[in-house]
Amino acid sequence: MKIADIADILGATVLCCEDKADREVNSACGSDMMSDVLAYVKNQAVLLTGLVNPQVIRTAEMMDMRCIVFVRSKAPTADMIALAEESGIVVMTTARRMYEACGMLYNNGLGNKE
Amino acid sequence: MDNHRLSYRFDVDGDNFTSAGEASVKVKKILRDIGFDPETIRRVSIAMYEGEINMVIHAGGGVADVIVEEDRIVIILTDQGPGIADIDLAMQEGFSTAPDNIRSLGFGAGMGLPNMKRYTDEMIIDSELGKGTKITMTVRV
Repeated sequence: MKIADIADILGATVLCCEDKADREVNSACGSDMMSDVLAYVKNQAVLLTGLVNPQVIRTAEMMDMRCIVFVRSKAPTADMIALAEESGIVVMTTARRMYEACGMLYNNGLGNKE
Repeated sequence: MDNHRLSYRFDVDGDNFTSAGEASVKVKKILRDIGFDPETIRRVSIAMYEGEINMVIHAGGGVADVIVEEDRIVIILTDQGPGIADIDLAMQEGFSTAPDNIRSLGFGAGMGLPNMKRYTDEMIIDSELGKGTKITMTVRV
C-alpha cells in the first residue's frame, strides 16, 4: 500500500513530506506507548498514535518508520512537524479513532507482516 | 575507517523532556554518514535513545559518550542521579519507578533497560546509590 492510500482510506490530512507519499509500506502498528513501540515493533513502517509530543517523531525516526498517523484529530505542533520534515517522515491526522483507523487499514490489506 | 577511532560527547539536558533524544538522532546521522549497515545503526540508536530518555526521567540528565571503531560501537552513559537501588529488579520488563506524568508522555513502561540490553551485545551497569550510574553498551559490527 502507498502512504497516499492510507490518507485516502482514513480521510486524513497530510501535514508534511507529501512528496514522499508515493512510498510503499507493508505493515503498521498502533500504540500510545512509545516504550512498547521501541520494545516490540520490528520493521513496521507506519505508526498510528493518539499521543502528541516530540518523542513520537523521535521514536518513529529511531525505528526507521516512514509515516505517522495521528488519530482522534490530534494535531502535532509546529516543532514536531519540523522534526518530521528533517527525518523525511510523512505525518497525517485523521478524525478516526485508533480502533477504527487500524481496522480500516487492516481491512484494506495493510497487515502486520514485517 | 581502518584503525580509526572516532569519539563523540553529548550533554543530555535533564530539565527538558522535549529535547531528550537529540543526541541519539545526531549519532544515527553520524553512523549513517560513515556507512554502517541499517540494522547496526538501528540497534545503536534505539539503545542510546532509551538510555537518554532514562537519564532525563530519572537522573536529571548526564553525559553520553559514543566511541566508534571499525568493529564495534560503544555507548557510555554517565549521570550523577540517585543510582539504581536494585539492578536485577530494574532489569525486569514492566518494572518502572517513573512517575505518572512520564507515562502520559508515552514512556515509563519498564521497558527501557531490558530494551537496551536486547539491542546491544553487551551492557554493563555500574551504579551507586546517591552517586550516580554509568552504563556501558557495546554493539559489535
